[in-house]
Amino acid sequence: MVDIRHGTGEQIGPAEVEDVELYHPHSWWTRYVFSQDAKIIAVQYASTAIAIGMVALVLSWLMRLQLGFPGAFAFIDAERYYQFITMHGMIMVIYLLTALFLGGFGNYLIPLMLGARDMVFPYANMLSYWLYLLAVLVLVASFFAPGGPTGAGWTLYPPQAVMSGTPGGNDWGIVLMLSSLILFVIGFTMGGLNYVVTVLQGRTRGMTLMRMPLTVWGIFTATVMALLAFPALFVACVMMLFDRILGTSFFMPAIVEMGEQLQHGGGSPILFQHLFWFFGHPEVYIVALPAFGIVSDLISTHARKNIFGYRMMVWAIVIIGALSFIVWAHHMYVSGMNPYFGFFFATTTLIIAVPTAIKVYNWVLTLWRGDIHLSLPMLFALAFIVTFVNGGLTGLFLGNVVVDVPLSDTMFVVAHFHMVMGVAPILVIFGAIYHWYPKITGRMLNEAMGQLHFWVTFVGAYLIFFPMHYLGLIGMPRRYYEMGETAFVPASAHTLNEFITIMALIVGAAQIVFLFNLIWSIRHGREAGGNPWRATTLEWQTPETPPRHGNWKELPVVYRWPYDYSVPGAAEDFIPQNQPGATSHAPEGAS
Amino acid sequence: MSAETHSPVREPLHRPAGLAGFASDWASDQRTFKNVSWGKAMMWIFLLSDTFVFGCFLIAYMSARMSTAVPWPNPSEVFALHIGGSDVPLILIAIMTFVLITSSGTMAMAVNYGYRHDRRKTALLMLITALFGATFVGMQAFEWTKLISEGVRPWGNPWGAPQFGSTFFMITGFHGTHVTIGVIFLLIIARKVWRGDFDTGKAGFFTSRKGQYEIVEITGLYWHFVDLVWVFIFAFFYLW
Repeated sequence: MVDIRHGTGEQIGPAEVEDVELYHPHSWWTRYVFSQDAKIIAVQYASTAIAIGMVALVLSWLMRLQLGFPGAFAFIDAERYYQFITMHGMIMVIYLLTALFLGGFGNYLIPLMLGARDMVFPYANMLSYWLYLLAVLVLVASFFAPGGPTGAGWTLYPPQAVMSGTPGGNDWGIVLMLSSLILFVIGFTMGGLNYVVTVLQGRTRGMTLMRMPLTVWGIFTATVMALLAFPALFVACVMMLFDRILGTSFFMPAIVEMGEQLQHGGGSPILFQHLFWFFGHPEVYIVALPAFGIVSDLISTHARKNIFGYRMMVWAIVIIGALSFIVWAHHMYVSGMNPYFGFFFATTTLIIAVPTAIKVYNWVLTLWRGDIHLSLPMLFALAFIVTFVNGGLTGLFLGNVVVDVPLSDTMFVVAHFHMVMGVAPILVIFGAIYHWYPKITGRMLNEAMGQLHFWVTFVGAYLIFFPMHYLGLIGMPRRYYEMGETAFVPASAHTLNEFITIMALIVGAAQIVFLFNLIWSIRHGREAGGNPWRATTLEWQTPETPPRHGNWKELPVVYRWPYDYSVPGAAEDFIPQNQPGATSHAPEGAS
Repeated sequence: MSAETHSPVREPLHRPAGLAGFASDWASDQRTFKNVSWGKAMMWIFLLSDTFVFGCFLIAYMSARMSTAVPWPNPSEVFALHIGGSDVPLILIAIMTFVLITSSGTMAMAVNYGYRHDRRKTALLMLITALFGATFVGMQAFEWTKLISEGVRPWGNPWGAPQFGSTFFMITGFHGTHVTIGVIFLLIIARKVWRGDFDTGKAGFFTSRKGQYEIVEITGLYWHFVDLVWVFIFAFFYLW
């Protein structure tokens, strides 16, 4: 059943690079604030992302209140409603998910999992965080600017994004939004180069690419994609900023506004859509691939079984990453394009389902006859698989032109992308925090609060987003401030909207329990020890917990792949990667 | 194990040639690109990302130029200088291109002397490169001034499609910013080379680790890239 290979007597080469010198901080400021330690930077990234994410959560409450109880809250007028959805979307996708997965988990896990002392360029890494913080501050500033934040929708489609009919369109809102995105891209590039070079050139002895935990594969591939996709966003933002400030016409056609001919003319709004989605679709996988990687490790560790089809999993990640660059126009089926293009992009979109399905099968096959521990990280991982399959299947609907055209701009789309790239990655983030919190702080998160958080979040998310599929199918449009009296929307749909809103309030409140748990457990959590999950990967083998600056006393040497769980004949049910010896059930080439 | 960890840097064990070598490098531990330092790898990957930035700018420009309903101004006439009684098309651009390509040559020489640890010649050649770069930016400023005085604005121009001015200022401006940043980096590193920072183990540029002469080559990579991008801008904007 299991392929066990004995004593190949593998030889591990000498160190090719001298052990690095690190900048050791001399004061509190350089130790905890302007720190060059990737682990501190990771916590800074994560805290900032969670803080701004809470803002986005409150915004989602406010917009749900309007949808569930139209007109009951006087301060939510149409302008504010559009500002809320815009900022909610942009914050969640860019400033929370991207920053938390790559800046947070990337910084913490890449050096530790690869047996490195730090990122290759700690100084640039530090700058990356401070630029990210600046981007967040500029974004937050737009809430206080005259006219408020932009209300253009998170896709910021021109021409409406820079016109007076849109909130923030000819005020500060859109300018601050675009500036913030430009800062984010520059800051991310500094960090992203670090992650990629650390993976390619900064591994420890014995750590081959095919011995990297899937978490690192996911984050690495997502970072490469981000370095190639964010330039399109950067360029689109620069050009729209010029349209808005200098009066150029990159994206602005000739337009009559309020009976007045505007100065613009000859620009192409579709060009913006192409640039935006050339970034925007890879962005979906920039968020999803780290989640795929992390969830693989969570499942393997908590089911005490090696991941099924490790190399297939790696190639699936790489193939998904590559394919995601040639599917972007499936977001533009209703924008008007040559039908042959629609055919091409629908085909590539559906092909992505193949590697993705491979991953889902492999997760399930990893669970098959595993020694499943229903710990909190495992619960979230299982919830992820279910949610992701649900969201992915509706993606197959929307990938087809003929199905997409009627469903486009309905609540069905909202349900789809919230399931697949909202709830699913967030569930992984929660699982990952429950999993690695003991390494970061030395203490476990409280189990009871965690169970409450999990069940309310998981069940609640379904109660929120499942009914939205139905609302979409009966034709309820998205982005509408209020429905008013319409023939095709029955009264029961309004009752359903009220129900969804109440659920959203409850699920949001459960996140406060989670935040409280994060803070409470720093002091009151159970002592975790160095390796509470009995995991194999290197970050659990550090001499100290939490790991000190530089991570290791002597750099570890890696002798095996990261999934030696329940190896027959082994003394324990896991064998750490840095433990020599022949017993392993790694596939040929991965051992 | 401790003795091994701190042993001097060594060549990896087996390194077959050709395609097998490629496969073995990617299958190996520690480094995928053997003999490529962290800094150099980082610069190459940054340049790949920056290629996408310029690529997006140029594709956006081309799509604007191809889809405009208003005639596009003729670059040969717009970028002509009146010298000795006749209009010489693209003469300034030709000189600018020549200057920038020459600067790539002096940069390559600086890299060579850098690896010989010849402080003076390296610093001097970097300084000359920076001077060529500054000359390029200066001529670009002249070109901008001339066009602006003729009425070209980001939102319009006297000869045709308004996108002519907007793409021109955006793309040459973005490239000029790259050249300016390059000039600043060249000056900073030339100063470090001149002072002998890389001989005495002082902190390098943009890092808190010891500096190395290799930074000259890494700066060179950036400089050649900016030069190469100009060739594309020259071809697609001025010659089209």
